[in-house]
Amino acid sequence: MHPIVALIARRLALGVLSLWAVSLLIFAGTEILPGDVAEAMLGQSATPEAVAAIRRELGLDRPAWERYLDWLAGMLRGDLGTSYANRMPVVALVGDRLANTLFLASVAAAVAVPLAILLGIVAVRWRETPVDRLLSAMTLSAISMPEFFVGYALIFLFAVTWPLASPIAAVHPGMALPDRLAAVALPVVTLAFVTVAHMMRMTRAAILNVMESPYIETAELKGLARTRIVLRHALPNALSPIINVVVINLAYLVVGVVVVEVVFVYPGLGQLMVDAVAKRDVPLVQACGMIFAATYVLLNLTADVLAILTNPRLRHPR
Amino acid sequence: MSLLLEIRDLHVEALGEDGRWHEIVGGVSVTLERSRVLGLIGESGAGKSTLGLAALGYARRGVRLARGSIRLDGEELLGAPYERLREIRGRRVTYVAQSAAAAFNPAFRIEDQCIEAAVAHGLMDEAEARAEARRLFAKLRLPDPETFGRRYPHQVSGGQLQRAMTVMALVPRPDLVVFDEPTTALDVTTQIEVLAAIKTAIEGEDLAAIYITHDLALVVQIAHRILVLKDGRAVEEGETSEILERPRQPYTRALVHLRRRFRPERPRPAEPPLLEVRGVEAAYGAVRVLEDVDLALWRGRTVAVVGESGSGKTTLARVVTGLLPPRRGEVRLDGRPLQPSYRRRSRDDLRRIQLVYQMPDVALNPRQTVEEIVGRPLTFYFDVRGTARRRRVEELLDAVELPASFADRYPAELSGGQKQRVAIARALAAEPEVMICDEVTSALDVQVADAVLALLLELQARTGIAYLYITHDLATVKAIADEIVVMLRGRVVESGPKSEVLAPPHHPYTELLLSSVPEMETGWLDRILRRRGHRAAPVAGNAPAEAGRMP
Repeated sequence: MHPIVALIARRLALGVLSLWAVSLLIFAGTEILPGDVAEAMLGQSATPEAVAAIRRELGLDRPAWERYLDWLAGMLRGDLGTSYANRMPVVALVGDRLANTLFLASVAAAVAVPLAILLGIVAVRWRETPVDRLLSAMTLSAISMPEFFVGYALIFLFAVTWPLASPIAAVHPGMALPDRLAAVALPVVTLAFVTVAHMMRMTRAAILNVMESPYIETAELKGLARTRIVLRHALPNALSPIINVVVINLAYLVVGVVVVEVVFVYPGLGQLMVDAVAKRDVPLVQACGMIFAATYVLLNLTADVLAILTNPRLRHPR
Repeated sequence: MSLLLEIRDLHVEALGEDGRWHEIVGGVSVTLERSRVLGLIGESGAGKSTLGLAALGYARRGVRLARGSIRLDGEELLGAPYERLREIRGRRVTYVAQSAAAAFNPAFRIEDQCIEAAVAHGLMDEAEARAEARRLFAKLRLPDPETFGRRYPHQVSGGQLQRAMTVMALVPRPDLVVFDEPTTALDVTTQIEVLAAIKTAIEGEDLAAIYITHDLALVVQIAHRILVLKDGRAVEEGETSEILERPRQPYTRALVHLRRRFRPERPRPAEPPLLEVRGVEAAYGAVRVLEDVDLALWRGRTVAVVGESGSGKTTLARVVTGLLPPRRGEVRLDGRPLQPSYRRRSRDDLRRIQLVYQMPDVALNPRQTVEEIVGRPLTFYFDVRGTARRRRVEELLDAVELPASFADRYPAELSGGQKQRVAIARALAAEPEVMICDEVTSALDVQVADAVLALLLELQARTGIAYLYITHDLATVKAIADEIVVMLRGRVVESGPKSEVLAPPHHPYTELLLSSVPEMETGWLDRILRRRGHRAAPVAGNAPAEAGRMP
């Protein structure tokens, strides 16, 4: 068997293992969550008898390990349980929201990733010129601004002062793609603003690191053009760190955008999870947690595999 | 003959840590005619590479060609626009780097890199360039020239890659090639193969070359003229034979006479050996690196363990010191078996065997002063502290010919040779009976290395210490050994008193090693190649498995 296949198989197995570990952590975490769902549901009318009845009805009187195994088995069947709050299947609650989150993340990534890598290459190609310094100053300020500030500033500029876009990113099922894209324009710009800066700086650093290698000197002494040296000799050897930073940002776009969802009132998964925590809707919290964890594991796995594939020593063993 | 390269009064400056420019090459002039080879020789830091790169109008980051003149065929390169320099680099002047392993891009196939310059400059189309590369692969005797270039750099040996780098430099059919220490990173047997390949490559191709090295014996094999550099200045210049026979400057004279050190062999004493290695077999995991190794070392004598990289020399040192417990066999000290692992050896057993490493840069803790470094074994083994310890540290520094004031310095403030002396002083502090020297001079410049060898000999005469001296350099062996153990792929292939091992008949591998040591005379390379019939020489590079089949 090719050694790469073995390596990838090992990473996959490790990914499954981490997901299982995460499921334990999430379950334990929701167990120690303060407050009680029954009391939260009943509010003022929480007599001990009513609380006990609800606890029995939700199965909360059973031992934790039993509930954990049930939950795990359910997940393996694709059943994420039933929401405590409105008795709907969690899968139905999560489905639309997840699609919305993934849509926003993909559009933002489609804008941000190519832009960041391009700017990173430009900064290296014109290193230590005004171009590089300008990019550096711009990205540094972008990184320093909190995303809610960027979001509100964009709303102020492009929804209030010049009403070009909607301040509220309202999407609903059945909406046509152009309308959807128009609706998410401002959140996408906000997210791109934050992630491009990070990815661009890391791309620049990764390529510059490679530019110090002796084989770059070889390329220069061949009299090759600078753009060719950066693109052909440096970039392929910097792919592994670039892939890593891109993946971290992709994961952030899926998992970490609650603030942007709130600013633009976007119906994403992050908001759903925050609401679920407030309502002590444990199955929903667990499902969101697992989805976020799976996203991280899956993306990092992809980064690992791609990093392996970009390494010529592993692709072509002796 | 027309003048191809003319460097006049070149000054090169480097940006120091203080933010100022410091001169690193001060007013050097070089002239080179077509079809001639100029040898540039000097120690590290003498400015050889800087000067070689200047021939391409190139200076590394933080270095600038300050003033003077660099003319190629009459055209001034110093101050020429970048685009003009680009047209010259890789087309009219090419470069072969010291470490081909680092100078090849790991992400591309060898042949693609060899033809890149010629195609990018529009000198030939891709098919022509590939044909030319394959012709040169064959000429430099690389295996399977038609398919060799399809491999990636990590898939071939160091010697093969160095030859491929020469091909890369030759494909554009340049007027001038700069070879920057092209064989320094190679084993001795591989080194002469590459040197011979370069020599044939230059001879047929109507080009001039600058050959940079710190090894005079190498450069005299290939260069018509030699320029000696020291501290960024030209010390002496002349025809090769002139430099060899009538060196005028003391520095050049020292270089010429360096390799002539020879210690007469002393008779083996009648007493039993001090250190004995018996039937040792050792492995890292599943990889067996030592097989059935025997060795004996007498008090006050030196055994040289010789072999190429990968032959198991350093592993043997690790077994003797207990860092790597052997799978089988034993190490005896004074007739008594030692514990296999250093963890279980008594403090006194540990004290009696000390190890000095190849790289003094990494063997000394950068955060400790020399006093702490040398004083640590004094406290550990003899419980010497305070002023008594300081006094003893100063004595030890004196023994390795360093001033007492060095006790307060940090390793970063010392040169390579001084660091190695501190490492030796640290080993001596334990008052050992056996000192294992693992390639202790191979990271040092020739002159510094020679001084360290002289120090080791002097210490032995004074204290009666025994050395287990690990090296791949037979010149060093001749200089200091009483006995020689030749290792190949984890086995001892020949051993005995120096006079016996160095005298014929040899084991074929010993013969190969011996005949690969460059001698300080002009015709040596041609003679040795003729004697080997040039056919018997290894083509496959420096992997010991391959070298073992030779000649």
